[in-house]
Amino acid sequence: MTSCDFTEEPIKKIAIFGGTHGNELTGVFLVKHWLENGAEIQRTGLEVKPFITNPRAVEKCTRYIDCDLNRAFDLENLGKKVSEDLPYEVRRAQEINHLFGPKNSENSYDIIFDLHNTTSNMGCTLILEDSRNDFLIQMFHYIKTSLAPLPCYVYLIEHPSLKYATTRSIAKHPVGIEVGPQPQGVLRADILDQMRKMIKYALDFIHNFNEGKEFPPCSVEVYKIMDKVDYPRNESGEIAALIHPNLQAALHYESLQMELAICVWNLPPWVLGTPLAENHWSSGSTGHTNLLNS
Amino acid sequence: MSWLPAPQEPLLRVAVAGGTHGNELCGVFLARHWLRCPEELKRPSFSAIPILANPEASAICRRYVHKDLNRSFTSTVLSSKATPDEPYEVTRARELNQWLGPKGSGQAFDFTLDLHNTTANMGACIITKANCSVFAMHMCRYLQLQSLELPCRVFLFQPSGETFSLDSVAKIGMALELGPQPQGVLRADRFSQMRALVASSLDFIELFNQGTAFPAFEMEVYKNFGEEDFPRTEAGDLAGVVHPQLQDRDFEPLQPGAPIFQLFSGEDVLYQGDRTMYPIFINEAAYYKTHKAFIKTEKIMTSVPALPPLPSALTHSL
Repeated sequence: MTSCDFTEEPIKKIAIFGGTHGNELTGVFLVKHWLENGAEIQRTGLEVKPFITNPRAVEKCTRYIDCDLNRAFDLENLGKKVSEDLPYEVRRAQEINHLFGPKNSENSYDIIFDLHNTTSNMGCTLILEDSRNDFLIQMFHYIKTSLAPLPCYVYLIEHPSLKYATTRSIAKHPVGIEVGPQPQGVLRADILDQMRKMIKYALDFIHNFNEGKEFPPCSVEVYKIMDKVDYPRNESGEIAALIHPNLQAALHYESLQMELAICVWNLPPWVLGTPLAENHWSSGSTGHTNLLNS
Repeated sequence: MSWLPAPQEPLLRVAVAGGTHGNELCGVFLARHWLRCPEELKRPSFSAIPILANPEASAICRRYVHKDLNRSFTSTVLSSKATPDEPYEVTRARELNQWLGPKGSGQAFDFTLDLHNTTANMGACIITKANCSVFAMHMCRYLQLQSLELPCRVFLFQPSGETFSLDSVAKIGMALELGPQPQGVLRADRFSQMRALVASSLDFIELFNQGTAFPAFEMEVYKNFGEEDFPRTEAGDLAGVVHPQLQDRDFEPLQPGAPIFQLFSGEDVLYQGDRTMYPIFINEAAYYKTHKAFIKTEKIMTSVPALPPLPSALTHSL
């Protein structure tokens, strides 16, 4: 449960990032479109800046050039001495931190929306980094309600070791927007429409908040990261089995009973139609699966 | 339509290639698996050889390193002299041509099947060249009848010039294209469907080698006649997306005046052709660079004559 005790200042500076992964095209094209014609993202009293974060990766339609930009925003990388020898994405992270941060300072942008796609069947997902951020939880509640009956899930990546240093983390209120399934390097009209709506509702919420609208207490169901599960691999590190068809077909965010859980189909000793061995994920509690095959 | 004559001898030199595009993972993983465990490719009269066609691209999970291997089997490339800084795929095409070919010669492999995936919703699609052998048409028919879960269509591909694909090196060559599957992703359903279709193709060759006769039949096929690019800005960037009413509708009829693209500004772009068209490879990721939003085909009902059995003298010696 959250309170509606908003004592913060009005939101002023917002950025919308696309192309953090250069082959996740919805964000790339929305940002490029808004750079040409930003009418759709204007709201009175708000500065909304669309921005391509990894232009070289976008140019090559690849996830990244040297290293994943969306893992590069830790304080160690951001504090490194500027040098041509640094990986491209680390240099880029420093530039972005300078433009929209600095991270953890008073001058950083209020909100950054970072637009992503996944090949997984995750539908519309909002990614939350901090479970105490009442403002964002109210925003997410507003977006979910506005999108209904289209489902919209909230994925909480707050975890002592699994949380990662995202591009958006330099803002006071970082928002991840992940829509799928969409293949890398492909732009689908339906996915574009969904992401566009998520941004629209987010900006409407912020505008309403700034106008002094009251938002009553609400609660939001979130899916909190527990663990990451790798593929079974052979001695050379090559993938040795596939996501089981039962899991691949499941709507993500469906609860799995642990006894049946993640059954993995072993590759080498395989007889057509009959898995010879199945791996079961044993754990004490019911878990939800997330970000599969992405 | 006319067909090239059937083989007069058993097909003994057979190859199955995966990883011609290194990020189309069904073929990559099947080829790697068969290289470790080739028993699955054995039949009483022959053993098919597995090939990982583009190992460097497969290692980095990319379509290609320097240039598309599946466009490199032209006479210009295959007869060119080796140079130290030539594209990787040029070197590799010459190697594969030496092994499976030479293209167009009597020493070429009898049959090659090349495994591909597409991000388009094409189900199972068998691609064979437009003036192919009657044998190839019968194999297509056989595979169609075996493919119960996934719709299986036959695409007769007419290149604008000479043939250029890996499967054009063998005397008879075909490609299997399964989708949708994202690049760089391996789906269990596509994987087992691909594996089953390969098994069926080898079963068909075995039946032929054993002297089976196959009767004449009629079949619907799709023949290409053009392509359509995405709407673009003056700078060459995308100006719109495949229309939601066209997305995922591969092999379905599209009428003149139907929407095909939706511009970012909101307007629809309509199909300007003068007849019903069957689009395929709709929104294939790899074709953005080559300016193809979809391939235009026409649907034709075609008659295929009987495939006569091999003379028993040849089958008894197996």
